[in-house]
Amino acid sequence: MNEYPRVPAGSQPEYAYEAYRSTARRAPAQPLIRLPHTLSELTGPVYGHNPIGPTDNDLTNHFAQPPQGERIVVAGRVLDEDGRGVPHALVEVWQTNAAGRYRHSRDNHPAPLDPNFLGAGRAITDEAGNYRFVTIKPGAYPWRNHHNAWRPAHIHFSLFGPAFLTRLVTQMYFPGDPLMPLDPVLHSIPDPEAQQRLVSQFDLSLTEPEWALGFRFDIVLRGRRATPFEEGGK
Amino acid sequence: MTLIPTASQTVGPFFNLALTNKRSLGTLAREGAEGVRIRLGFRVLDGDGAPTPGDSMIELWQADARGRYAHALDPRAGEADPNFYGFGRLETNAEGECVFETVKPGHVADGRGGMQAPHINVAVFARGLLRQLYTRVYFEGEPANAQDPVLVLVPEDRRVTLLARPVAVQPNEWFIQIRLQGEAETVFFDV
Repeated sequence: MNEYPRVPAGSQPEYAYEAYRSTARRAPAQPLIRLPHTLSELTGPVYGHNPIGPTDNDLTNHFAQPPQGERIVVAGRVLDEDGRGVPHALVEVWQTNAAGRYRHSRDNHPAPLDPNFLGAGRAITDEAGNYRFVTIKPGAYPWRNHHNAWRPAHIHFSLFGPAFLTRLVTQMYFPGDPLMPLDPVLHSIPDPEAQQRLVSQFDLSLTEPEWALGFRFDIVLRGRRATPFEEGGK
Repeated sequence: MTLIPTASQTVGPFFNLALTNKRSLGTLAREGAEGVRIRLGFRVLDGDGAPTPGDSMIELWQADARGRYAHALDPRAGEADPNFYGFGRLETNAEGECVFETVKPGHVADGRGGMQAPHINVAVFARGLLRQLYTRVYFEGEPANAQDPVLVLVPEDRRVTLLARPVAVQPNEWFIQIRLQGEAETVFFDV
């Protein structure tokens, strides 16, 4: 059984990060035990039990009326560590409305709810690993992590790749957001370049004339080409 | 070209909007699935021993009753039980609890010529967890546990944190506590 490469140091957040206060009572105190990769880690769910509907990737099209806010296209490729597209990967997203409020019973930020925005969507990558969502730009919102704490605008992403160990939940940010340098969640990642890779890029080629700005967000899942043997001895 | 995997970020408190709004993901075994049907309950506790109310999520990935994964890497995938979907996902309730309906998994090859004891692979997500935590559920009283190649990597006094226990009054009902931190902290794995 061929093991996946381990993640490079500094490229992933540590569990305990003091500036993000909720980690204080939830991060394990004992060291993790390194697990050899067996079939249990190297296999994973193959998506298909719950088919994607035609409007699941268009968050502006879940109600009869369009939501308030700035319509945007968010698209990109899901890649492995060799830069190959990951086909048939399930991508699930959720976000606030344009005013910075989640449609969730426990979000009590006094910003208006939008009756025409649910804030959740999903898509499957195509053969080349491409995905695409249409949505509205989410808003910043306050949280109680520290005095005058505000989260930068972000979209939550959840992805399944080919294995249980390629599972990834992350957040996508927007270029130029002045709240990013102040955000402990983003800064929990030690490597500044790894932080920067969570920031989407404005992309004129994804932008649709007279309709919506486009933002590109490529995502890299763990995993490389299987084995030299399977590559035909190259 | 070598790319670095995208960094993880916390699932936050509002993942229910997209991830756990379909309760069907609590049932892994359809009618007709092979093997012994079980209910497997979890309770997730933080470092103070307090439940994680509604803002943590458990995902399961497991082999079917004969130890087969429905995945191309498993040489026996073609024979995998069509009535068994090995993935499950539930959020915890106000008491930090959730219950899955599944079957007891079979033995799985360890890739080194041996077998692993029946186990369920678990990923824990929560507000306050910047990355998911991986752990495993084994079954108390299972003779194969003694030779399991993963359990032997765990200090003996901590193995108990990976064992689901039978619920006394209910047959085929099992329970395990996930203690994120502190006393009897669950063993988590670096995969």
